[in-house]
Amino acid sequence: MRNSFANAFYEIAKDDPRIYLIAADIGAAAGVLTFIQEYPERFLNVGVAEAIMIGMAAGMAMRGKIPFAYTIAPFTIYRPFEQVRDDCCYQDQPVRHIAVGRALNYPLLGATHNATEDIALMCALPNMTVLTPCDPAETREVTLATRQIDGPLYLGMGKAGEPDLTANAEPFRLGKIRKLRHGSDLAILTYGPIAKMALDVADRLQKEKGKSTAVYSVHCIKPLDKEGILGVLNGFPEVVVFEEHSPFGGLGPQVKELAWDAGVAGKTRLKTYSLQDRFAHAYGSYYEVLAAHGLTPERMFEEWSKL
Amino acid sequence: MANPPFDAAAAKARCLAFRKRILDVSQKVSALHISPAFSCLEMVDVAYNGLMNRTGDPETEDKFIISKGHGSLSQYVVLEHLGIIPKEMLDNFAKPGWPLATHPDYGNPGIEASTGSLGHGLPLAVGMSYADKMDKKDRTMFLVMSDGEMMEGSNWEALMVAPSFGIKNIVAMVDLNDFISLGQTSKVLPNFYPIVEKIRAFGWESLEVDGHDSQAIYDAVTSRSRTKPFMLVCRTTKGKGVKFMENVPIWHYRSPNPEEYQTALRLLDEAYAA
Repeated sequence: MRNSFANAFYEIAKDDPRIYLIAADIGAAAGVLTFIQEYPERFLNVGVAEAIMIGMAAGMAMRGKIPFAYTIAPFTIYRPFEQVRDDCCYQDQPVRHIAVGRALNYPLLGATHNATEDIALMCALPNMTVLTPCDPAETREVTLATRQIDGPLYLGMGKAGEPDLTANAEPFRLGKIRKLRHGSDLAILTYGPIAKMALDVADRLQKEKGKSTAVYSVHCIKPLDKEGILGVLNGFPEVVVFEEHSPFGGLGPQVKELAWDAGVAGKTRLKTYSLQDRFAHAYGSYYEVLAAHGLTPERMFEEWSKL
Repeated sequence: MANPPFDAAAAKARCLAFRKRILDVSQKVSALHISPAFSCLEMVDVAYNGLMNRTGDPETEDKFIISKGHGSLSQYVVLEHLGIIPKEMLDNFAKPGWPLATHPDYGNPGIEASTGSLGHGLPLAVGMSYADKMDKKDRTMFLVMSDGEMMEGSNWEALMVAPSFGIKNIVAMVDLNDFISLGQTSKVLPNFYPIVEKIRAFGWESLEVDGHDSQAIYDAVTSRSRTKPFMLVCRTTKGKGVKFMENVPIWHYRSPNPEEYQTALRLLDEAYAA
């Protein structure tokens, strides 16, 4: 996903002299390297110093620039949280907070490098747009679509080697939930690279249980496509929210709130899955660390078979 | 357009009037940051009325940020004097439906950044100056910061980054009144000092002056080499000009009652006459 971001970034940045890349000493992928070679004056490495990265980005934005601030997720938004809030959101500046390896996408690095509360924090900030693509192609779409967003945004993505999930999906429309897989019995709302597990389980449910399962990528958590999600809640007898995030403040609680407010709670069977409310102290592959939080394809298959 | 020669006597008269105007505003609200405004008043006045290139063209004129947002009244009275803030707006300071309050808010007349939380102004100014440099705009960012604010790590990140990226067009004035909310800096955090040497070690040009001596501030800033960003450490007295407020912590927040207000006006006149 970071390669895909980098290439799309290069595409939009090469023709727009307002775009700058500010890194806090985290190297980026191929497309960014091309950008750095061709436009060295529009690339800044501030060093291991995230407060100045975001503060400076806001200052540049206040002079008409469009800065992309890039590092690993916790360092993009946790360390400089107050700069994100006061400098970028309060003053409504078009700073692009680019977070590589959000949630558990650095599964060997532990909680210090795993931003598993990012959606809650970013959704709580006025003016912020929250983008969470599910695969490399969608990362490209989202990155290109940042041109349509005037204020601050957070783009939380995976890292590298994610499979393609959107080849047969509906066309991308910024801010609208996107059907990755058709179905009629059960709908799964998900976002980010964990969508792969949802799709695999959906295939198995279809094959082994005859359960027709739709999967949607919610690539924009804020502003949330309430109309699209209500359509799903009204259109399916069973709906699952499946996310790689703390149980608080992510997509699951927001969909439940929406269901309650719209009066569909009780009519649709709605179940949410998230990471557990604990630091897992678990290391290994991405799936092994998800398993430490109880998120395995086997368990999902079992539970989603008999919702 | 070159500014006229600096007139120290006129600056002194302005600052007396500004102090009285701040006391005047203090009679309309209960909680006010009077003494932090008094300690940096000469710095703000010299910036606007002596140092800044104010052509009226927002694309090229110099810009000002009060990074110690709690000193906002010092900027508001100067902006009012310059006709940028209407009198009615300052008369309705911190009133519902009116935009001016304790901390400056981006988008209000003359306000370049929302400050109040400390340690934000300098990083913002670094970004603005870098953008100006890229756009080949020869203008200077002026800032007034607090000494307590210099304890924030973000400022030391900014101090490191600005000269590393060849930024020269920043003039930051630090209001060194040696007080933080719970005590005297030199006693609470003695290793805050020496400060000028630390700033210079980060690649900035730095001098120290009497922060209530308008002429000294003017001379120090205009003497800078312009080959590095410049930080002027201004020794000041919190609550300067009103004896019973000077260096007394409660006046960081409090507004004087009507009797104290009258006394303050008298003490100000006496101090300026001396």
